Amino acid sequence: MATVEVSFTALPAHVRTARLVALAVARRAGVNEDLLDEVRLAVGEACSRAVGIHQSKAADTAVTMLLVDEQDQFIVEVVDVGPLESSVSPDDLDLDADALTAPAAPDAGTDPLPDLLPPGFGLAVISGLVEQMSVTSEMDGTHVRMTWPASDVMAPSAE
Amino acid sequence: MDLSLSTRTEGDRTVVTVGGEIDVYTAPKLREQLIDLVSSGNYDLVVDMENVDFLDSTGLGVLVGGLKRVRAHEGSLRLVCTQERILKIFRITGLTKVFPIHASVDEALAATD
Repeated sequence: MATVEVSFTALPAHVRTARLVALAVARRAGVNEDLLDEVRLAVGEACSRAVGIHQSKAADTAVTMLLVDEQDQFIVEVVDVGPLESSVSPDDLDLDADALTAPAAPDAGTDPLPDLLPPGFGLAVISGLVEQMSVTSEMDGTHVRMTWPASDVMAPSAE
Repeated sequence: MDLSLSTRTEGDRTVVTVGGEIDVYTAPKLREQLIDLVSSGNYDLVVDMENVDFLDSTGLGVLVGGLKRVRAHEGSLRLVCTQERILKIFRITGLTKVFPIHASVDEALAATD
């Protein structure tokens, strides 16, 4: 088992760095090429969410990302200091298209619209994307854990 | 790769060509561009995403925000995208029901529905 730990200041600019590191380690761990886009997106969502939480609650505390290369799996765990906002299910992705796209008030002007996608949306995207993921609330905060098979010689039926 | 943005007018529509990565860091730049276009009277937008390498839910939020703004003026926001990795996030979030997605800029410019 090999582990890479990345700890970064909660700034949006560092999320890209986190994605790149995760991608490099995933590739090295033997995650199938077909899954790398999924790894990149899921890690990005998890880190963006953590950065957002830290910026509102604990801007001075670093976000931690653990990358674990086990024999036949690759695990990414992103830890933030915040409480879990709500339980997550793929149902959260069943957005009301009409509500989502109702016209903005014409006088909305140049003000940024408030968050257009519901809180927890990023996690819901991960759950819609990654077969094996879990979100747990622990003493030190919320852990988002995602697991991918890391050996392309494994038969698909092994799961 | 950072975000690149350029705009051009085609008839009564405005084509926004986006390249690079749209994420939590770069999405505000795209949001500003869309706000600028709408506030200067461009309500029919075509966002060409063929050179977008990465799009996350922050980027989706900005596109939805753009759609809401143009709809306030009875306008439209069409996307051009054929890349499977980008289309996937629209599909899993159900946003394919919300955005008209076209295979080329020409197709998006010709679309009237």
